[in-house]
Amino acid sequence: MTSSTIYFKEQLSETVYLMRLEAPLIARERQPGQFIILQVDDELGERIPLTIADADPEEGSITIVFQVVGRTTELLAQLEVGHKVAALVGPLGTPTHIENLGSVVCVGGGIGIAPLHPIAKALKAAGNQVTIILGARNQELLILEEQMTDIADEIIICTDDGSYGRKALVTEPLAEVCARENKPSLAVCIGPPIMMKFCSSTTKEFDVPTVVSLNAIMVDGTGMCGGCRVTIGGETKFVCVDGPEFDGHLVDFDNLMIRLGSYKKQESNHVCRMEQYR
Amino acid sequence: MSTLTPKERMAIPAQAMPEQDSVARRSNMEEVAQGYTAEQAKLEADRCLQCKNAPCISGCPVGIDIPGFIQAIAEGDNAKAIAVIKENSLLPAVCGRVCPQETQCQAPCTVGKALKSVEKAVSIGRLERYVADWERENGLIEAPVAKPPTGKKVGVVGTGPAGLTVAADIRREGHDVVLFEAFHKPGGVMIYGIPEFRLPKKIVQQEIDTLVAMGCKLETNFVVGRTRKIDDLLEHDGFDALFIGTGAGLPRFMNIEGENLVGVYSANEYLTRSNLMRAYDKGNAYTPIFESEKVAVLGGGNVAMDAARTAVRLGAKEVHLIYRRTEVEMPARVEEVHHAKEEGIVFHMLENAQRILSDERGWVAGIECLKYELGEPDDSGRRRPVEIPGSEFEIDVDTVIVAIGNDSNPLIRQTTPGLETNKWGNIVVDENGKSSLDKIYAGGDIVLGAATVILAMGEGRRAAAAINEMLAG
Ligand SMILES: Cc1cc2nc3c(=O)[nH]c(=O)nc-3n(C[C@H](O)[C@H](O)[C@H](O)COP(=O)(O)OP(=O)(O)OC[C@H]3O[C@@H](n4cnc5c(N)ncnc54)[C@H](O)[C@@H]3O)c2cc1C
Ligand SMILES: Cc1cc2nc3c(=O)[nH]c(=O)nc-3n(C[C@H](O)[C@H](O)[C@H](O)COP(=O)(O)OP(=O)(O)OC[C@H]3O[C@@H](n4cnc5c(N)ncnc54)[C@H](O)[C@@H]3O)c2cc1C
Ligand code: SF4
Ligand code: SF4
Ligand code: FES
Ligand SMILES: [Mg+2]
Repeated sequence: MTSSTIYFKEQLSETVYLMRLEAPLIARERQPGQFIILQVDDELGERIPLTIADADPEEGSITIVFQVVGRTTELLAQLEVGHKVAALVGPLGTPTHIENLGSVVCVGGGIGIAPLHPIAKALKAAGNQVTIILGARNQELLILEEQMTDIADEIIICTDDGSYGRKALVTEPLAEVCARENKPSLAVCIGPPIMMKFCSSTTKEFDVPTVVSLNAIMVDGTGMCGGCRVTIGGETKFVCVDGPEFDGHLVDFDNLMIRLGSYKKQESNHVCRMEQYR
Repeated sequence: MSTLTPKERMAIPAQAMPEQDSVARRSNMEEVAQGYTAEQAKLEADRCLQCKNAPCISGCPVGIDIPGFIQAIAEGDNAKAIAVIKENSLLPAVCGRVCPQETQCQAPCTVGKALKSVEKAVSIGRLERYVADWERENGLIEAPVAKPPTGKKVGVVGTGPAGLTVAADIRREGHDVVLFEAFHKPGGVMIYGIPEFRLPKKIVQQEIDTLVAMGCKLETNFVVGRTRKIDDLLEHDGFDALFIGTGAGLPRFMNIEGENLVGVYSANEYLTRSNLMRAYDKGNAYTPIFESEKVAVLGGGNVAMDAARTAVRLGAKEVHLIYRRTEVEMPARVEEVHHAKEEGIVFHMLENAQRILSDERGWVAGIECLKYELGEPDDSGRRRPVEIPGSEFEIDVDTVIVAIGNDSNPLIRQTTPGLETNKWGNIVVDENGKSSLDKIYAGGDIVLGAATVILAMGEGRRAAAAINEMLAG
């Protein structure tokens, strides 16, 4: 849709914000695992993909949770309730395949907890026993703990610095859960690519099928440009239409990470300018 | 006009198109071809012999009365000329610029035949552009008046030339029209693909403004199949018919080593970043694009030319265009090939990329090519290029743009049960543009495979006529 009003805004941590936005058509159609593309300004602004963290078809709204990492997320964070974003399109991407598999483990790292939330919720609603592992650099950066606790049959929280929960990387409890006699039938891991890479190699050891959600750089989000392509089991796929979820055991994470750095130079020009304003 | 003999007409030199200087234009996005002056248009129009059998008309996919409009220009009646064109074409300012005239209307022109060169044919496209520009620049474009409301509603999916044409023809009959566009701006390839220096965006915008003035509704940021499915539009949202004109937007890659390195683009991505997202406006646009020094473009069509010429304008020092066959087989318009050469693009004919080389970071460091020679003719009658073993060589580049064509986007097919498509994913339609499903019509590149603006427009007119008839009956 063209121009969408911000209904609600909350700061979840120093750099993470939650917003509820007007989007009646998207709220009606969206399913877990899907995302939108947003433009703060549709003349010179860029198109950025953000996961639909939740939706309220009655209010006609969707919820996004985003981390300020550069120019567009910074501008978005400056908008207040009642302001508008210029363009919002979606829901995009193939929805998550949800079924009752018995028991599943959901691993979320950093901002990845936001896209994990609707998936964990749907897996629970489908009757699964859901173990949730959340990781963050420190307590201050941990988001959506309450919402995830509500869903989880079991929740394990880790921080890198030990400021909250276990002092560990998420792969540690993940390995323990996979080693249990009653090992999970599926692992869903969403977070920074490096985390998904190590989660995938962990689950592979235990032969636990693993789904990851990839965050390749996008333009159109409809399969038109091929900019979001990734290598999956030696084949090229487009994240925006074939994904965003893929079999973690087949993803070439190294190529994904390299491609995510394509515009580091141009983006850092902006970061320098951001510093000047502070 | 009648005072000139055919001999005198043939003696008038073909009028050259005024163009931006080939050095200056390497660093701006402004239009290269600047359009005939009134004097030139008159002279060029005088070259037309007004042939009784008018072979040119059969070369135009929409059958414009070419001698008719040219005579009006010769008589100084531009208003009449544009009226004649608009009986058949709704986008003359666009088609006059981008039609492959040398293989269409101008190919069979008697003057060109007599002078033994298609380049010396009457410049029908330039004259068409001249009167269309004259009308727009003088503020004379009037939105056609729609007939009284019929209470019927038609949805048009995609706002390329096919969709825009359908919308105009259906709205005129008094039906409500809603246009759905996935992007934030309407116009299809005319906006996101063909660059400003060939087709200024204000011309396309004018066409959209006219549709809106006629009462068409425009829903941008609306992906049919995702935001709403075809079935829901028909069953729940009150649409009486739908036209699908979603184009051929799925880039093909070469499937060679190194294609996912940083610095490899599809032409679609490169052109979309530059045109639609305005990445060429470096200080102001947010969307980044590679700052390339040396670029290789793979392909030989209009898309490849546009990508190569855009790379020049974005500051590349060296641009190589690599094509497997020879220049004769190149599908790009002759004029664009000529412009590309003037702008310093290096043409590599009978060569093809074999793999893309990587540096230690996973960025493009070069391209390995192989040389070809022409062998026996293939099914299409063209001599097939055959690789010369052991002829590998490298070109030092930091960017590779793949421009080898597009397939059809599968989204609508996947989300519309029962919609028949062929093995390339194109929607199958009958002679009226109707698909295998009731009330659903289709046209343009989604039916033809990657084709042309004028063919998309022609298909749109045909489908619109069928839809109007269905709604009247
Ligand atoms: C399917 C998908 C879902 C996503 N969901 C979320 C989410 O729910 N919350 C969230 O905070 N982030 C999410 N992201 C990442 C988010 O899109 C980027 O953080 C954002 O685009 C950065 O823009 P920027 O201008 O602020 O930063 P920049 O400084 O421009 O970029 C910072 C980094 O973000 C990445 N990036 C830049 N432009 C794009 C782009 N157009 N598309 C994708 N990545 C880009 C690059 O790796 C870049 O180095 C998602 C990405 C994808 C592909
Ligand atoms: C770079 C380039 C240069 C070209 N140069 C020339 C030339 O010089 N001369 C010439 O005659 N032809 C040229 N062509 C070809 C010509 O542009 C196309 O044949 C023509 O635009 C096809 O028109 P169309 O209406 O079928 O679709 P398009 O112009 O492709 O428009 C389709 C529209 O539908 C939208 N869409 C797609 N899916 C959906 C969906 N699910 N929901 C909503 N909207 C959707 C797309 O975003 C797009 O805006 C060129 C093409 C390219 C890419
Ligand atoms: S529409 Fe194209 S083919 Fe037809 S007369 Fe005009 S330029 Fe020629
Ligand atoms: S064929 Fe050429 S000379 Fe004859 S009517 Fe057509 S444009 Fe004029
Ligand atoms: S973002 Fe363009 S194809 Fe996926
Ligand atoms: Mg950015």
